[in-house]
Amino acid sequence: MPRELTKNRIQKIWISSKDDKTPSRRRGAGPHLANPPTVIVMVGLPARGKTYMSKKLTRYLNWIGMPTKVFNVGEYRREAVRNYSSYDFFKSDNEDAVKIRHQCALAALGDVKSYLTDEGGQVAVFDATNTTRQRRDMILDFGRSHGFKIFFIESVCDDPNVIASNIMEVKVSCPDYQDCNRMDAMLDFQKRIECYQAAYQPLDPDQYDRDRSFIKVIDVGRRFLVNRVRDHIQSKIVYYLMNIHVQPRAIYLCCHGESVDNLKGRMGGDSELSARGRKFATALAQFVELQKPRNLKVWSSQLCRSMQTAEELGVPYEQWKALNEIDTGMCEEMTYDEIKERHPEEFALRDEDKYYYRYPSGESYQDLVQRVEPVIMEMERQENVLVISHQAVMRCLLAYFLDKSAEEMPYLKCPLHTVLKLTPVAYGCKVESIFLDVEAVNTHRDRPELPLSLAGH
Amino acid sequence: MDNEDLHIGTCSRELTQNPLRKIWIPCKNGLPEKHIFQRRVCMTNCPTLIVTVGLPARGKTYISKKLTRYLNWIGVPTKEFNVGQYRREYLKIYKSFEFFRADNEEGLKIRRQCALSALNDVRQYLTVGGGQVAVFDATNTTRDRRSTIVEFAENNGFKVFFVESVCEDPDVIAANIVQVKLGSPDYINCNTEEAVEDFMKRIECYETSYQPLDEVLDRDLSYIKVMDVGGRYLVNRVLDHIQSRIFGKCLRKFIEEQNIKDLKVWTSQMKRTIQTAEVLGVPYEQWKALNEINAGVCEEMMYEEIQESFPLEFAMRDQDKFRYRYPKGESYEDLVQRLEPVIMELERQENVLVVCHQAVMRCLLAYFLDKGAGELPYLKCPLHTVLKLTPVAYGCRVESVCLNVEAVNTHRHRPENVNVQRSTEDALQTVPAHF
Repeated sequence: MPRELTKNRIQKIWISSKDDKTPSRRRGAGPHLANPPTVIVMVGLPARGKTYMSKKLTRYLNWIGMPTKVFNVGEYRREAVRNYSSYDFFKSDNEDAVKIRHQCALAALGDVKSYLTDEGGQVAVFDATNTTRQRRDMILDFGRSHGFKIFFIESVCDDPNVIASNIMEVKVSCPDYQDCNRMDAMLDFQKRIECYQAAYQPLDPDQYDRDRSFIKVIDVGRRFLVNRVRDHIQSKIVYYLMNIHVQPRAIYLCCHGESVDNLKGRMGGDSELSARGRKFATALAQFVELQKPRNLKVWSSQLCRSMQTAEELGVPYEQWKALNEIDTGMCEEMTYDEIKERHPEEFALRDEDKYYYRYPSGESYQDLVQRVEPVIMEMERQENVLVISHQAVMRCLLAYFLDKSAEEMPYLKCPLHTVLKLTPVAYGCKVESIFLDVEAVNTHRDRPELPLSLAGH
Repeated sequence: MDNEDLHIGTCSRELTQNPLRKIWIPCKNGLPEKHIFQRRVCMTNCPTLIVTVGLPARGKTYISKKLTRYLNWIGVPTKEFNVGQYRREYLKIYKSFEFFRADNEEGLKIRRQCALSALNDVRQYLTVGGGQVAVFDATNTTRDRRSTIVEFAENNGFKVFFVESVCEDPDVIAANIVQVKLGSPDYINCNTEEAVEDFMKRIECYETSYQPLDEVLDRDLSYIKVMDVGGRYLVNRVLDHIQSRIFGKCLRKFIEEQNIKDLKVWTSQMKRTIQTAEVLGVPYEQWKALNEINAGVCEEMMYEEIQESFPLEFAMRDQDKFRYRYPKGESYEDLVQRLEPVIMELERQENVLVVCHQAVMRCLLAYFLDKGAGELPYLKCPLHTVLKLTPVAYGCRVESVCLNVEAVNTHRHRPENVNVQRSTEDALQTVPAHF
């Protein structure tokens, strides 16, 4: 006897009645394709970009809906040993230190276990050097005993320029060196690397590690060796790592110019630019001229208001259907007041959970993330890009770059006639907000103070 | 074409909406501009030449065909050029492995001619034939041959990407030979033993001169070295988007073992597919990407109603059903893009049952059976019929299993008259009977 189906009011998803209570909100945008939790284990000498990759990967996985967290053993060590004195701490014959470092690794693994078994985590990134077989075997045992899958990401690089640059970018300013000048920090750190070098046993695809799942990233992505990718999440990780790069570049995000529908307060539709919107397009063209980004790629959605904005730049651009504004389904071309009047329940539900809320016959922010993922992937591969899109879409993109949660995403400020310039820096992104001095309506609705139902509507 | 075009003329170029695809295109002096890039999936600037590398029976042709099928499906015009076929054309009759001996001067000359002839056709295809990617399928086992190819590509402005397949497992090689070599035209008059023996000697002819892609010597080439039937691979300097996708494909294990594994069941998020899956009593996963094509303003209308309210739309759909986009809805072309992650995941999985909808099923079927944009929207996917696809040799075997439960016929053939001025009768000529 087939079970009865009822539709979840927020996500508009059919659920069989046998699933008692409201099922937990679908985390992944799409099917749950990663089952046992995964521990990603970073491997490599210091200053090889392990923490950079850990943080970036974590940001990406969280954005696509896979709860992920980084566990950096260096941070545990800084907690345990309040004052860092010098590289001597890392010498292999420093027995006390070896003991402390081992304890820190165990403490971190303990937290990994809690995260994955009790706290709803799906992926944990164990960020440490993990340069010896002994340490890696210990982690594999740990994984086996708790039913976690293990995937290694090894970063191998011997280019002294790259290493020196990494040290400058993120090491000399780290808490360990806050009382040193840069040269001293650099020298100490290099000696620290040497402490690891003698005992380093790289992953061996031919013999010892032939059955392990891993990717070796060589020379900052010049080459990759991939071994035994076993499941969906590993496959996504590998694809992502192969698409990212570290070339300096800028990403410009903006909305189309103000549209005729914007003026009327109507959502969706495919209207043209208003007079002020056209002024913005001109201002945008001038802005781009002044910035002079090298080989700028310009992308637009397939909606008229976005394309008209792009047209004004006078340069070749690409249309992406994936950049179209969120589909408001039955509420297309209505104003907020009209929705409140005609569909009060929907209006309230949206305020209750704006990220997961799907318009009837339309989309949710969660759907948007899935739709927009190929755009993110392509942005990672590109250098200078200008993306002209729409408020909800821009919020999705911005949330990815600035590591904003699902909670925050639908309330990020993406006003009309403002360009956000993102520049990658250290482990994150610098944001500059540039208002192009052409007035426009405000399309932003803040998170309401109280749920409407409590407010007596 | 029609007085239905929407014109918006406020910026430097006018934007007009193509009535078929519902895409805004800039126009100057009433003529559509050519250089508007429409991002479907992949856009490359210059054509790409994919070159296979490896000893015989390492799966090169399998990879070539599969890649070609995939790239064409996502909208990148791709074609394979198998040098073995050129050789068969030229020689007509295959005698024995002796042809491939390294000291057979005559043989070497002919093989080189064939390779050059194939490269010439590649050049045609990529320059004037509308091609975007050409797959050059041959052993290409010597550095010398590969530099000839690289030079050819450089002279013509093509990007080159090598796909090398390395395999030492004798069982895998034997299996390959049985699967695809025994049936080749070369061995049409041999029995199995003779064929296998000859083919093994053929492989030996290549072995001594084989120079695999090398970490140091070939460091400036873009390539992927696939080892262990996809268990392991090495990627060197992936340069652009197409290469990244090929890599994505090579991620999949491509020869599955015939283990009986749990069946995965996937549905869309629309009630009817879920209800269907519910009856199976097994866990299933819902994919929004499997939802039926969005018919926009024509949602829930019958053909007769569409003809009455939107006769122009109805005619245009018949003119180009693949590219036609419903107003405020989707086209089959949009569907393909939407379904790509589903295909990727299907490639990774083993036994899967996908419960979906007519248009979606046509797209998926077209991928597996290598059907082009012309045929895709007319593939037969009747209700209450299961299509079982089993990968075999270079393609897919299809079994159609009708589950003997009556249902309406939802298949509408392309009518003869697709002119926008046609009569209602002509328009509804092929509508299947319904209540």
